[in-house]
Amino acid sequence: MLVLRSLIARLVTTAVTLFGVAVIVFVVIRVVPGNPIAMMLPPGATEADIERLKTLYGLDKSIAEQFAIWLAAVLHGDFGTSISTRQPVLSLVLNRLPATLELSILALLIAVALGLALAVLGTRFRDRKTEAGVDIVNGIGLSVPDFLWGLLLILLFGVLWPVFSISGRVSPRLELPFVSQFYLFESLLRLRFDLTRDLLGHMIMPALALALPLAAIIAQVLKQSLKETVNLDYAVLARTKGYKETRVILAEALPNAVLPTLTLVGVQFTFLIGGTVIIERLFSYEGLGNMAIDAVINRDLPLIQGIVILFAVIFTVVNLAVDMSYALLNPKLRHA
Amino acid sequence: MNRTPNRRTLLKLAGAAGAGAALASLAGARAAFAQDKNELVIAYNVNLPSWDPTVGPSAVNPTIQGFYQSVFDMFIHQNPDLSFAPGLVTEWGWNDDRSKIFLVVRDGVTWHDGSPFTAEDVAWSLERAGKAETGNPIQFVWSKVGNFKVDGNRVEADVLAFEPTIFKWMSFLTGYVLPKAYYEKVGAEGFEAKPIGTGPYMVEKYERNAFVQLKANPNYWGGKPDFETVTIKFVTDAASRVAEVESGNADVTLEIPYEEYDRLVGGGLKGNCETISDIAMIFLNDIDPMLDKNVRLAAHHSIDKQLLVDRLLRGYGVPISTLETPEYTAYDPGIKVAYDAELAAKLLADSGFSADKPVKFKIQTTRGFKPKDYEMIQAIVGMWRKVGIEAEIEVYEIAQHYELRAADKLAPAAFYNWGNSVGDPTTSTGFAMFGPSPHSVWDGQDLIDKIGPLWGEPDETKRIDGWKAVDKYIADEGLVIPLLQYAQPIVHRDGITVTPHKSGALLPHLIKRA
Repeated sequence: MLVLRSLIARLVTTAVTLFGVAVIVFVVIRVVPGNPIAMMLPPGATEADIERLKTLYGLDKSIAEQFAIWLAAVLHGDFGTSISTRQPVLSLVLNRLPATLELSILALLIAVALGLALAVLGTRFRDRKTEAGVDIVNGIGLSVPDFLWGLLLILLFGVLWPVFSISGRVSPRLELPFVSQFYLFESLLRLRFDLTRDLLGHMIMPALALALPLAAIIAQVLKQSLKETVNLDYAVLARTKGYKETRVILAEALPNAVLPTLTLVGVQFTFLIGGTVIIERLFSYEGLGNMAIDAVINRDLPLIQGIVILFAVIFTVVNLAVDMSYALLNPKLRHA
Repeated sequence: MNRTPNRRTLLKLAGAAGAGAALASLAGARAAFAQDKNELVIAYNVNLPSWDPTVGPSAVNPTIQGFYQSVFDMFIHQNPDLSFAPGLVTEWGWNDDRSKIFLVVRDGVTWHDGSPFTAEDVAWSLERAGKAETGNPIQFVWSKVGNFKVDGNRVEADVLAFEPTIFKWMSFLTGYVLPKAYYEKVGAEGFEAKPIGTGPYMVEKYERNAFVQLKANPNYWGGKPDFETVTIKFVTDAASRVAEVESGNADVTLEIPYEEYDRLVGGGLKGNCETISDIAMIFLNDIDPMLDKNVRLAAHHSIDKQLLVDRLLRGYGVPISTLETPEYTAYDPGIKVAYDAELAAKLLADSGFSADKPVKFKIQTTRGFKPKDYEMIQAIVGMWRKVGIEAEIEVYEIAQHYELRAADKLAPAAFYNWGNSVGDPTTSTGFAMFGPSPHSVWDGQDLIDKIGPLWGEPDETKRIDGWKAVDKYIADEGLVIPLLQYAQPIVHRDGITVTPHKSGALLPHLIKRA
């Protein structure tokens, strides 16, 4: 009951947050210099041409009027039409969202796997050279930003040892039988491992670039938690029973140490999704982030609004999911 | 010593083998889809947002025209050197009193769906372009002709307002012929989903933000293109484009840093870096202190443009003194504004300025929008400082530039690049310097009076001479600072030839096997 009440309260807060984001984005992108009409003025355009184009794109009205019209349309599921592509904004962003989600989830999986492995390794060989090595790796992972990892990976695995594709999401010559935009997921469901292989060949470098900084954070926090937990009574008892150290860490310490890391992963995942904007651009990956940059360059106001709102929805949903899972996993909160 | 592997060693070996196999498998995926000989892969520097070449912001974006010209034909063909040639329209002109225009349409051309191309398509395309409700950004030009009449393969139209450059516009932005029957049948959305034209390539597959795959048009009136398939990947990051061509993933790429161009071409790849119709310039706004002629001229004379080209652009580029490049019809090699720092210092001294008591103003520039734009302005500010000009640099986005320019709110000096692929003076000096144009920030009445009569001048020789005189006046008065003509780096693999187009569009059908 408590969880349900908490969920309802969070949903109300989420709705208010999204409305606030919508207002801020709508106003800000109209106030900052650089409007779409000025971008598309050809040589020789007159004042009358400017007015004609403003009317055509509904920019001749006040910001408040524009917002009211836009909000009324959004409540009916119409996010407007993109100025640069002349396609409905909702279908554009929903078509790109799966690509970004797949990339982000793959990056998260890599980050968790790497972070976990490093944390366990560092704890298993604590106070030895191995732990120092893990700390150095973490330090490098934390200090190098994702786009630099991206450039480094392109140089290593795209040019010097060209094993992965540098750009795109899938090889253009492949015929795709997919009915959804979740290509990777669907290729696995259809047992089309040839397509899975091609998709992973395109995704692995951008996913790694996104994952490495997060992996370092996870490793650092989890190692610290594990080092504290392995000295608690139940871990000592397990050792007394004759358990090997690795088993003590994995079976006894890890389930208790993972909770603070879970919260951290949730928060960092939203940053990771934000990081896709630069990484998708670098790897010409056809996701939401890449589209966002084009939208900003072209001052495509309806598309910018749609993308920002969608990002805001993702962030709030992820935060909500993390809070809920934290409540479910933590016995103190579950039984409060 | 017993070397029998234990369980742990076996697990490690299995893990290593698994990881190796996975990596090899992914690598295999890349190799399996390497391009074949009949396919050309281009790593292009921009995205293609939409397929209708006559509507919306893409229609006036010069960098996107290469995509459009692969699929659609323009009314009048334009050669790589910017000269005009018969295309879908084989003959064109005015009647004697210039109250009508006529166009003769090529026979035997078919659309990509096999249907015949007719004069009706030409008349409909022109009429549609002139309607305000279609959203054609160049509607103000196309609406100057109307009342179309089609007789066989001849189209005639009344001149509603005389526009001497109307035929040049037929090779320029939005000057494309679209299929009347097909467009009316499928509508705007259907056309966007499956566009057809009469051009050298047909659209096979299009993934927004990712790539477009084109298939050779076997019936192309200009001859079937060399490559059966062309895949154009949208690789907007310059470093990634370099990696694409260096790794062999792409056969051709363009618009990469000049340093990388030299490195790649020196390292075994082929390339060319020839001048295109784009120029770099500094707008001067007629506000203080640019109202002082001495300051304007000093700002111009103190810039060593050749040094900018040599040091910053590695020699790729040509200094210019007017807004016309040598390929433009009104280019006059006799107009020169020489680099003369002493003269600049003297001019400033005449107005009471010196290195110790400099004239101060702001200069705006983009950063990374064009090659070395910010660095160029930094260097210019350094040159100015020596003669008595202290300029503060403000970086702005290109979108801000457009808005500020349209509102006539640019700083006293503002860096910009101007493209003019038809090479007519109206679309360079004209729109950049004519006060009432939203693209001009110099509003002096003297210049307006000089340019005004040229818009409708029917005598072509008199018109071009008039523009040359305007360019001379602008140079003498220092109303703008033209800097240089850009060169476009194109890198490609061995075994193919790339014919660059002066417009800056990389056209796949001009890429052939060596």
